[in-house]
Amino acid sequence: MLIPHPLLGPRDAQEFIYLGDATLMHRPDATRPDAEAAFCDYVFLRHNPAGVHRELWFHEAGDRSWLVVTRNTVTHEIIGAELACDVKLGVTQ
Amino acid sequence: MKFSGFKVVKEALTGHAGWKPLWRDPDPQPAYDIVIVGGGGHGLATAFYLASVFREQRVAVLEKGWLGSGNIGRNTTIIRSNYLLPGNEPFYEFSMKLWESLEQETNFNSMVSQRGIINLIHTDAQRDAYRRRGNAMLLAGADARLLDREALRKLVPFLNYDNPRFPIKGGLMQARAGTARHDGVAWGYARGADQRGVDIIQNCEVTGFRIENGKVLGVDTSRGFIGAAKVGVAVAGNSSRVMSMAGMRLPIESHVLQAFVSEGLKPTIPGVITFGAGHFYVSQSDKGGLVFGGDIDGYNSYAQRGNLPVVEDVLEGGMALMPMIGRARLLRSWGGVMDMSMDGSPIIDRTDIDGLYFNGGWCYGGFKATPASGYAFAHLLSTDTPHPTATAYRFDRFARGYVIDEKGVGAQPNLH
Repeated sequence: MLIPHPLLGPRDAQEFIYLGDATLMHRPDATRPDAEAAFCDYVFLRHNPAGVHRELWFHEAGDRSWLVVTRNTVTHEIIGAELACDVKLGVTQ
Repeated sequence: MKFSGFKVVKEALTGHAGWKPLWRDPDPQPAYDIVIVGGGGHGLATAFYLASVFREQRVAVLEKGWLGSGNIGRNTTIIRSNYLLPGNEPFYEFSMKLWESLEQETNFNSMVSQRGIINLIHTDAQRDAYRRRGNAMLLAGADARLLDREALRKLVPFLNYDNPRFPIKGGLMQARAGTARHDGVAWGYARGADQRGVDIIQNCEVTGFRIENGKVLGVDTSRGFIGAAKVGVAVAGNSSRVMSMAGMRLPIESHVLQAFVSEGLKPTIPGVITFGAGHFYVSQSDKGGLVFGGDIDGYNSYAQRGNLPVVEDVLEGGMALMPMIGRARLLRSWGGVMDMSMDGSPIIDRTDIDGLYFNGGWCYGGFKATPASGYAFAHLLSTDTPHPTATAYRFDRFARGYVIDEKGVGAQPNLH
């Protein structure tokens, strides 16, 4: 698989480490009264869709940036990639 | 029709005209006591034990494709009970004991062959860890033997004992482990269940659960509504997809695991050899092919096929361990979709929906568990209490902090 890195162009997926669902960027607020249940959901439960999946990849053997890659889990087609910091800051959606 | 030596000889002399289909192809009835979703190894084993041990009368198995078309036909056929943790080892040893009597119980040749498994040791620390594991196995009633380098060399002389990075110092052997004919396991359970009155309905995809007031009433399928007092889901690989139809999110990611077979060779490898440090394990089938595999690809996938970097990684592991396989040609490679759970251990439990039961999260170790998984799930479905060896496989273990993490890597499924 080739991941279209927004800064470096197409890079081999072997250069990356896979973390999982991109919603892992949104850590629950630890001060909320239901924080324990929210963290249990956050750590253990996944949507795990068959189809389009937004997920976190770390460019370990490259520029060490975190990417949000949009990929189809049924066909392995990679639809797009954004810098995770841009996603977090709302620069891209 | 009962299989016997006499029957085989008789059919050989009469032109094989008397063999009949191994199971019926019934139309679904309007309602059943228990409906099993998923006609793979675990679903069929569940149906078999429901009918044979728990005497359930009205049971159906619904399969979206053809019987045994998922991971029961895609695994590398290894059976073993060499686990460490107390939540796991008694369960897998129970499974091992069921394997030993499987062929008599189902009257079907599943080619269970107890040819032994050896986990290789490369360091002193690893020897300590395997000694501990072996002792845990003995405590649970399994067998285990620690082999030193010379004893190992007598059994498997062809390994590269002096690999500079991973010199082989010994191994942990379980002699009762081995292999079984994976499709034969599914067929044996299917035939046994069918003979005991279970309806096995193929090409019948579940498209939704009918749930009212928190109780399941049945399933909508591609062949119409089928009522059921209890529904058991055993669809590992697709657990998240199926359970999302009941509004549930699971502690599971689906990942692809690849497996490989070489051309047929003369008998070379006496049992199963695992080279954990090199992400490689191998056995030899009765047809002569070397059957081997390694790690999962490491990203979410429902594709039933993997990518080439893992092929290279597995073959490099094989070459490092036994350079002689460089002369063999690779015949086939394929992939299967694994339910990778958050702690690497399975779930056999009730759900919050009354009458809906779940069996899944088998990671890459579902095949060896097939008999015990079926037995424990049947026990749960029939008696509403977990089987004594499966009490740890609960949904709530994650929230309660009682995860069963054999590898100790945490909630990161692609590392299990």
